[in-house]
Formats: sequence, C-alpha cells, structure tokens
Amino acid sequence: MSRNLHLSLTLNGEPAEASFAPYKTLLELLREDLGLTGTKHGCELGECGACAVLIDGQPQLSCLVLALECQGRAVETVEGMGSGGMGDGAGLHPLQAAFADLGAAQCGYCTPGILMTAKALLAHEKNPSRERIKEAVSGNLCRCTGYQQIFEAIEEAAKRLGAEAVSKDER
Amino acid sequence: MKVLGKPRRRVDGRAKVTGQTRFADDIVLPRMLHMKLLRSPHPHALIEEISTEKAKAHPGVHLVLTGKDFPITFGILPVSQDEYPLAPEHVRYVGDPVAAVIARDEQTATEALDLIAVRYKPLKTISDPQEALQNPEPRIHAYSELGNIHRLQAFEFGDAEEVLAKSDYVFEDLFFYEGNTHLPIEQHAAVAAVDGEGKLTLWSSTQVPHYVHRALARVLQLPAAHIRVIACPNGGGFGGKTDICNHEMVAAKAAVLLGRPVKICLNREEVFYLHRGRHPVLMKFRTGVTKGGKLTGMHLQTLVDGGGYGGYGTASTFYTGALQTVTYELPRYKFEAARVFTNKPPCGPKRGHGTPQPRFGQEVQLDKIAERLNVDPAELRLQNIVKPNSLTANWLKVGSIGLEQCIREVVERSDWKRRFRKMGPGKGLGLACGSYLCGAGLPIYWNKMPQTGVQLLVDRSGQVTAFCGATEIGQGSDDVLAAIIAEVLGIDPFDIRCVTGDTGITPIDLGSYSSRVTVMMGNAAIQAAEKIKAQIADAASGELGVSPERLTFANGKVGSLSFVEAVGLAEEKFGTLGAVGSYKPPRGPGRYKGAGVGPSPAYSYTACVVEADVDPATGWITVPKIWIAHDIGRTINPVLARGQVEGSVYMGLSEALMEEQVFRRLPPRLSGALVHKIPSLLEYKSLTSLDMPEVDTVLVEDPDPNCPFGAKEAGQGPLLPVMPAVANAIYDAVGVRIDELPITPHKVLKALELKRRGKPGRVGPESFPAVPYPEPVVVPPPWEGGDGHAVKGSERPKIRVPAS
Repeated sequence: MSRNLHLSLTLNGEPAEASFAPYKTLLELLREDLGLTGTKHGCELGECGACAVLIDGQPQLSCLVLALECQGRAVETVEGMGSGGMGDGAGLHPLQAAFADLGAAQCGYCTPGILMTAKALLAHEKNPSRERIKEAVSGNLCRCTGYQQIFEAIEEAAKRLGAEAVSKDER
Repeated sequence: MKVLGKPRRRVDGRAKVTGQTRFADDIVLPRMLHMKLLRSPHPHALIEEISTEKAKAHPGVHLVLTGKDFPITFGILPVSQDEYPLAPEHVRYVGDPVAAVIARDEQTATEALDLIAVRYKPLKTISDPQEALQNPEPRIHAYSELGNIHRLQAFEFGDAEEVLAKSDYVFEDLFFYEGNTHLPIEQHAAVAAVDGEGKLTLWSSTQVPHYVHRALARVLQLPAAHIRVIACPNGGGFGGKTDICNHEMVAAKAAVLLGRPVKICLNREEVFYLHRGRHPVLMKFRTGVTKGGKLTGMHLQTLVDGGGYGGYGTASTFYTGALQTVTYELPRYKFEAARVFTNKPPCGPKRGHGTPQPRFGQEVQLDKIAERLNVDPAELRLQNIVKPNSLTANWLKVGSIGLEQCIREVVERSDWKRRFRKMGPGKGLGLACGSYLCGAGLPIYWNKMPQTGVQLLVDRSGQVTAFCGATEIGQGSDDVLAAIIAEVLGIDPFDIRCVTGDTGITPIDLGSYSSRVTVMMGNAAIQAAEKIKAQIADAASGELGVSPERLTFANGKVGSLSFVEAVGLAEEKFGTLGAVGSYKPPRGPGRYKGAGVGPSPAYSYTACVVEADVDPATGWITVPKIWIAHDIGRTINPVLARGQVEGSVYMGLSEALMEEQVFRRLPPRLSGALVHKIPSLLEYKSLTSLDMPEVDTVLVEDPDPNCPFGAKEAGQGPLLPVMPAVANAIYDAVGVRIDELPITPHKVLKALELKRRGKPGRVGPESFPAVPYPEPVVVPPPWEGGDGHAVKGSERPKIRVPAS
C-alpha cells in the first residue's frame, strides 16, 4: 500500500488539510476522506456530471480530477452553497431554494452537480437565456425531471439573485 | 382542500438541495469493509473450477465467497426462484456474478478479483428469441416450460377469430420494441451490518425493501424478525431497483460471517449488467374494425426476450397483453404470449412494466386505421373509449376515465384540427393515448394481508410522525404521505415527520412499483389520520362544548384551540395516542387463472400530441414541442405531479428516439461472446437538456372513488403515449412508418429510400416466427354470459415451482 499524500486547499471557503491515498480522485477525497458525501457519482468516467464541483470558481467533474492536483486551490461543493441554518428561507442559496420550490430536484441525486454548474453560470451571466441554461447543464444528466423544472428553477434563481443585488445596491 | 392541489415545496426538498439526503453509498460505518463481485466473461458457460487461494492470501482481503457458500436460490416471484447470489455452476449472461471479495478497501478488493481463477466450459449462446425457439438445447434453465421458452400464455375472451372474420376491415401489423434500461443516475449500493443485538441490517438502494427482507431470510436462513432492511432514498429507480439483487444477498452474508459492516457500490458497467430493464418485444396485432370506426376485436401475439433469468418476467409477459382492453372498447380479445430465455442480462419492469411495448403497437395501428377509414385519429379514439364504471372483455373493473377530456385538451392546445396532415413537408403532428394501473391488485406472493400500512405517533408536543414502509425513490412518496395526513388533520405538511422504507420500524408497504404508492399508502394514511382526528375531536369537543362533527381542523387549529392544545386534551383523555391504517385493493372480478395480472383499484389515462420535424435528406428528427394531458384523478402537489408527467415525457421521448440496450458478438478470435454493445452512459444514448423540447402539461382531474381524495397515479402512465405519438408524428411529417423502436435517422432514411423505389415506406419487423402457443384459456366476456371463470377444461395445469 502506497503512502498517503498530504495537501492543503480551501474547501467551501475554509482552509482544509487532507491526507489520502495517491490514486484518489477529488471525488473520492471529498466523499471518502473529507466526509462530504453531498457530491455524487453516477459513472466515475466523466459522463454524467453528478460529481461536478467548483474549482477556483469553474465547474469541474471531480471524478476526473486527481486529488493531488488540488493543492492550494479553492474547491466548492454543495455543502458550501448555503449556511444550512434554520428558519424561513434562511440558510439556502437562491438556487437551492428555487430548486426545492419548483420541483427541480426529484430524486435529488443529480442535483448537487447541477446546482454547482448553475452557480458557475449565474456567476458569469446574470440573466442567461433558456438556450444558455440548456447549454450550461447539458453535461449533467437527469433521469427524473425532463429538465423543464430545472430550467425554470435556474431562471427563478437568477431573478431572485438579481433582486437581492438590487436591494443591496439600494442599501 | 386546504393542502391538496396547492403548489408546495416537497417535504424532503431541503435535504435534496443541500446534499443531506443520505443515499446508500453515502453511508459510512466504523470498521466497514468493501466488497467487489467477480462476474462471468461468458454469456453461457458451466463453471468447472474456481480457485480462490491467491485472492484469500492477498493482503487486506478478509473474505472470498463463491457459489458454494450459497446453496439456496431466490427470485422476486414465487414461480421463478431461479437465481443464486453467486452462480455455483452455470452462468447465463456476461456479468453473472460468480465470486465476491471483501477487503479493507475497494482498491484491494478489485486487485484480489484478478487473483481468482475460474475455469469455464463455454456452452452455445442463445442470443435472441429466434435462436431460443430453434434451440431447445442447451437449456438456459431446466424449469422452463418448453426448451428455452420460459413461459407460454394464451387467453381468449370471446371468439376473436369469428368476430375478425365478420369485420369490415382486419388490420394486421407487426411491431418491434427494442429493449432499453432504466439508467438511474445513482448506481446500486448496499451496506450490511450486524448490530449490537446480533441482528442484521441492510441499507440498500432498493424500491422493494419488504421483498428484499423476505429473500434475505430465505437465502441466509435467518429468522425474518432478526433482519431489518432500510430502503435509502433512491437516486432514481424507474423499476431498476424493484428486483432482489445478488449484491444485497452477498453483502449481507459477508457481514454475518465477518461481524463487520460490508459495503458494495456497483460501478456503471455493472448497473448495465444488473439491468432488469425493458424487455425487447415482437408483436403481431390483428384488429377488426367496422366501416363506422368501431373496434370489433383483437388478436395480439407477443414474443418476449427475457434474458438470463426469470425475475419479474412472468408478470411482464402477462402485462404485454393485460391492459389492451382498458382504453378502447374491445368486444372480443385473444392474447397469446411467450417469454424466452436468452444469454443476456435479465429483463424486468421498467416504467410501464410490459405495457409500453403493446401500447406502441396498438396506438400506431390505430393511426393506420384512422388513415384508412379517413377519420381523424382523435375522433377515432373518442368514439371507442371504454365507458366509466364498466367491465372489460378480460374482466378488469374500470372506474373513472378522464380520457375524453385529456384528448380534447391536447387537440385544442396543439391546434390539432388546423394543423394535422396540413403542416407541409417534413413537419408533422402525431397523437396517441394510454392508460395505466394505480397499483397491482395482487401482491407478488399470495396472501390476504394488507399491502400497505401507516402508523401515526402523535403527542403533547404537537408532533405527528408517520411510519410507513413506502419507499422514496424521488417520486415524492414522503410528500404524498405528509400531504394527506396534513389535509385530514388541518396542519402543515412540514409539521409532519415521515419515517419510511424501514422494515424494522415501519408497517409493511410492498414497494414503489406498479404506481401503487399514492393510492395504497394514501388510503391507509387517511384511515390512520381519521382515527386520530376522531380522538382529538372527541377530547376538544368536551373542552369547547361543541359537537365533534362541528369542529373544523384547519390551519393548525381545532375549532378555536391550537392543534397542540387539542392533542394534549386527547392524550389526557385517551392516554398515549397512536393509530394505524392499512389498505388492500378490492378483489378483481376475474376468476380465471391469470386474472391476477391487470386488476387495479383504478386506472389513469393520458393523451399526448407530439410535433416532429424530419429532415428528409438526413433522417434527423427534431421534436419542438409535446402536449400532454394526464387524468390524475386529483392532484396532491401540482409541482410534483407535473414533474412526474414531464419526467415520463422525457423518458418516453428518449426511448422513442435513441435508447436501446443492444448486444454484439465479439469476433471469434476474441471468444465470439455476446456482449453488451458499450455499457456506458456515454454510449447508451439518452436525451440531454439540449434535446428536450418544450412540454405543455395539463392535469385533468377525474377523481376515482377507490383513491385517496380521488388521486390516481402519475409516474408511469404519462410515458405510454409518447413513443407511438412520436411514430405517428413522423408519419405525418414524411409519410413513412417506422414500426419499431427506437426510431433512428438511419431507419427513417431507409424507409424514405424504400418509398422512393415504389415499395412500402416502412421499416419494421417483416415476419413473426411460429411460436408453439398452447390452447387458450377460454373466458367468456361479461356481455356473453360469463361470470369471470374460464370454461371448464380450458385451464392448463399449474406450472411447477423449481425446488432449490
């Protein structure tokens, strides 16, 4: 058995350290060594998009990234999207709230990957068209929803984020 | 209605968007070991020797198991107990598991698989139904009915031949529906552990924890009361997790032997081998019609490719003929079916279970009939719809039918009358309908006990906890449970805690299959909630001096009391509060052998119009829009109901255009084995977000008295009309008939080429082989003096169950 490697990274905004077997992918590091099972897997071959996370803000398939490539980088997973607090609307990112409200998560298995992909899209484009949304999530397979409610939830989240930005400006 | 019918966030929605939903592979236990299975590289072979010494000696390996460790068979149906957890001597498809390694981690287990040596003696491969019919030997299973024919079925409800001979027209058409698979994004996983009391717990991505529980008791020879099966929320099911799986049995045995938790998660390739998906079915329809467009009778023959094991196959085969009668009136009906064994991954139930294949044929044939009779296909269907509250030729009791309104909705919204047959070259519209069960009438194993139960815990804190064995597979069963109880008790669904899918602490529910959960669990939930409500009303009425029936339960109040206060008074008066409810469907009126498949408490109905653009130069098919109207009885949560309908449209369109589980023979120098074409998500084509058209969804509400608040199913029925509507739209666009699925550009081009050469513009099966169907069981239909029994002497002796 080969010796563990060690790395430091920023994980969901906090500094983190990890010790792991050198063959491990970022997906395996997150799920098996760091206990972040919110990131899912459907193929571990880069085909389904379920394992998408953000690395330095870019959506990446964590099953195709070696963990050791992540030294010093910022990794963001579904666990880092909202605060997780309780109360009305509190604790959820507008994308998470819109997905929950509008039926964009049925079984919820592809959801974390789509949320991360959508977050990256909305970071670059405040009001993406339906076509742009379709394109952005085309690498994420969903077998439950038929995608309609996912498109609508991303559009709704863009609206809510826009409204939040406006109210911040007004303050 | 206070809760039902209003759009709401589902009760488990928050967990799903925060990554907190705990799927089976998310479970990690202290001292947990990992398991991998060694699978057969041969489609058909005998195992001569397995040597595991090297694997056992590999550092980090704790246990190696083979078929010798599992003398007892299992199977989902009592009539097909034909699977071993690990094959002891006979492998029947590429991927059949033969050995298991349990090691400290997945990597070590995978390494050790390579150290197991298996000597196989290859047998002749039976690759398709034609070969199965021609080659009774080598037998894939000794218990099959005739050679490699697993099961034969034949029924005649009235003299179909006579009525066809007298009909103005008889349409004879052949159709083929290629097999395809569920492709849930979650790969199957299971964790087994022995608890502190020495009892076994299995967490699994299963739709049927109760049946897995029963199989574990049988295979491991443990008392059933010492086993607990927890169905984790499934990351998609679609029928792919309704069978009992080898890996569940083997992981449990390993945990029992080692006293340590054992986990297995299948990789994607293995999920393709596990399969249990849509059966490939060849069909021959002969349908009689009057000049006025009334159907007179039908003779349907099906030939079903079962793959390597029985599984649900006997039921699937019945379903290729059971529901032809519940949509359009068929005065007489003859149905003959055969399921063969082949050396491929076993087929089973996928969304629609056995009915999408004949539905495709029936609805495309109706399109051909309408064209020949020069009537609008929508009108032809409207004039043949089964009457509500009637019996069918095969003795199914049909209740509410919202199909007429469904057809009118999609016709109007798609502007059908103005556009059908008038859209110009390359553009077309197609219409089709469907109907489906709201739960199978009978349980899988014969018993008179309830099929589902709900237990409520209510106490002075105001908490309401609902326990039910129902399995959340994404469809929203927890939300349905909470919504129905909330409706009865007048509280918010979010104030209810759902504890579901756990055979150790929840009452029985048979599983998330046959679209049974809303109707059956919902009826049990109403019963339990009404009992609690009566106690609360009794106690509160004493306090308020109002008669119990005048008290309203709404908005968290009972009359003028808060719900919490009212519950406290009830606890004071009656002691600890609790109530149970259960449900079992009414017995169907059919009394003949085989009448057990088809009855349901209610049937859902759907109509669909598909618009298709076809490029005649490339055959490329684009679907810009689909209109669908589904008779759901009553909508519980419109957000989820719409999701079920549109998810069905997606899956149906994907099956219509591209999904196929197909196989190829390796070249002789590479063993000549029959292997899966490419078992990967990339090569198994399915629609992506870019391919998905706009969907216009209408929920039609025709409440059924057998259903909770009238609510029918929504998860499977809406898939059924999509595939034939696509085929009919392609015909409208370019005038060619593609009578087999999937409809690929290649097939469209081929049909266009045939048409150009003056031949029939059709691609599809050309012949139906001679199948040795038995003499039919003769059952007179209700209107010919029958009482639901078969004519004496026409029933065949019972099929023997193989001993294990």
